[in-house]
Amino acid sequence: MNKAGTTDRIRFATVWLGGCSGCHMSFLDLDERLVELAEAAELVFSPFVDTKEFPEGVDVTLVEGAVTNRANLAMAERVRERSRIVVSLGDCAVTGNVTSLRNLFPVEAVLAPFRAEDGRSGKAFLDYTSIPELLPRALPLHQVIPVDGYVPGCPPDADRIWEAVRALLRGEPVALAESMRTFG
Amino acid sequence: MSRTITIDPVTRIEGHATITIRLDDAGDVADARFHVTEFRGFEQFCVGRSIWEMPGITARICGICPVSHSISAARAGDAILGVSIPPAAALLRRIANLASLIQSHALSFFHLSAADLLMGMAGEPSRRNLMGLLSSRPEVARGGIRLRQIGQRIVSLVAGESIHPSWAVPGGVREPLSAAHREQIALLLPDGFAIVRSALGLLEEIYDRHGAEISAFGDFPSLFAGLVSEVEGELEYYDGVLRFVDAGGTVVEELPPAHYDLAIDERAEPWSYMLFPYYRSRVGEADGGMFRVGPLARLNICDAAGTPEAERELVRFRDLRGQGRTVTGSFHYHHARLIEILHALERIGEMLDDPELLDRHVRSDAGINQERGVGFCEAPRGVLFHDYEVDADGVVRRLNLLIATGQNNLAMNRTIRQIAGTFIRGGKFSEGILNRIEHGIRCYDPCLSCATHAYGRMPLRVLLLAPDGTVLDEAARSPLTRPSATLSPGERV
Ligand code: SF4
Repeated sequence: MNKAGTTDRIRFATVWLGGCSGCHMSFLDLDERLVELAEAAELVFSPFVDTKEFPEGVDVTLVEGAVTNRANLAMAERVRERSRIVVSLGDCAVTGNVTSLRNLFPVEAVLAPFRAEDGRSGKAFLDYTSIPELLPRALPLHQVIPVDGYVPGCPPDADRIWEAVRALLRGEPVALAESMRTFG
Repeated sequence: MSRTITIDPVTRIEGHATITIRLDDAGDVADARFHVTEFRGFEQFCVGRSIWEMPGITARICGICPVSHSISAARAGDAILGVSIPPAAALLRRIANLASLIQSHALSFFHLSAADLLMGMAGEPSRRNLMGLLSSRPEVARGGIRLRQIGQRIVSLVAGESIHPSWAVPGGVREPLSAAHREQIALLLPDGFAIVRSALGLLEEIYDRHGAEISAFGDFPSLFAGLVSEVEGELEYYDGVLRFVDAGGTVVEELPPAHYDLAIDERAEPWSYMLFPYYRSRVGEADGGMFRVGPLARLNICDAAGTPEAERELVRFRDLRGQGRTVTGSFHYHHARLIEILHALERIGEMLDDPELLDRHVRSDAGINQERGVGFCEAPRGVLFHDYEVDADGVVRRLNLLIATGQNNLAMNRTIRQIAGTFIRGGKFSEGILNRIEHGIRCYDPCLSCATHAYGRMPLRVLLLAPDGTVLDEAARSPLTRPSATLSPGERV
């Protein structure tokens, strides 16, 4: 029985925060296994479906990417509230990875390309009513919300993702073999 | 005409892109904007990195076209070393780049757009996706999955991995191709041809279904830009010259791609994290120097496809979609993508027969010889430039990344204005109309600069605002919930 209280398929979601989509592409590399997944689980929220709002009562959510801005932060919190199991998918979510390389610089320096002819730049130029403000640092997911599992790799390859997803669908803990616990 | 737009900040724009539409007093569309809401800062944090690291780091700009970024970065490195790379390395880079284009175009057409195209723009939203397609048109969906897999598989046979391979390097590539892998690639091609040919056969159905709408999906004159081969003017994805063609099909400029910055500059707007590149010599014109890149542009600027089957399809494309002239509607990006897949399969097949392909010498060695290097290629979404300035140790001091999708920014904004203006009257619209506007963006298959991408994933919120800024029609597709907290980030760090 899933959290929504039905014996239907598992309610499954994938979320993309501050990442390159490579983890989602690796997920798509499941290829024919996607058909098997579609039979066992309902994809209730994902880059690949048109649901516009993260739904209530999700059983398993895989999260790609680091938390880089206020919108990511709000999304991470909502994902946590509404998901039974949250898994960090890929090195950006697990450690911050490439996305956190910007942490070596102050945000204002990172925003340097955004400038007006009158010399205003960065925060003084950008309209935060239209676009979300960057956080001072890009953070791994578990620094923002409690996380139940980790699938490292940049990206984790499809076999690794499949191991994790199959365990989750069976309601078992994710116990990746040592060879599947590498970074990069 | 003065009016205020008020959109509540952060809480209302979760996700990576939004659209806002401004209405005039009569409730008709006065303006529409496409806001890209994610920014990762590669141009800043790559300063201080060595050119040897750049292919690996910049691949992480994008998981869909990492191969194009790593190849452009490696090519900037080639220029800084001042070497010409071994012929086998150039062939292998070309094959990987085209295989990457196949997987990316397959993703765009089958995984992301086919549900709109074959199930209807106003279809049931919960089924309007790949999973829905798997049940309603399983042969199409499975073909798409297989075609994307073929592209990914070729990339990994050439480069070791399908996503973020550590393979292209300044001076060449890390690994030669084995005869066994060449055979495996050759065995994948027939399946690819069969799938793309049957997808071309779907076009009639798609055009019948959308007959009345196509002219609203970004149909306007503009410049088109991209690479063509130097002598023949054929489709070209790795080298050649940078060509600009106007809507009438006249070549307005050709220049060496390394001098792209003489032709293209970019400006910022406060309401989007994506910059707005423009064609310098036409910035004073009404469209602000707009040009389009990518599949449609490439088919518009070339003199010929250069491979037989794609050439036949190119002629048909120009006849059917442009009455023999330049094809100006962005809806036709879909058709263009399929022709490019066909061309890529043909070209890969040709290169597999090249006697130099299996040569073991795939890397030229040199130190830092130039202060600046520009690398480029045609990425799936259009021409891509990596421009580095380095110190004597090859450490990057300044860089400019001109990403394909960014170059379509002006056109994407114009496209959603056109669609919104066509379908929204008197302040009313439906979910199906929202999806049409969203599909206008999908035509370009944007890969939103560093982290954002216009999958159906974009929690696209469209707000209709009256001139005074009040929300007229809040019909977002699902009830909006605000984030639970508005903690300042500092508290969480
Ligand atoms: S972990 Fe790697 S593949 Fe995944 S989002 Fe980050 S950079 Fe991309």
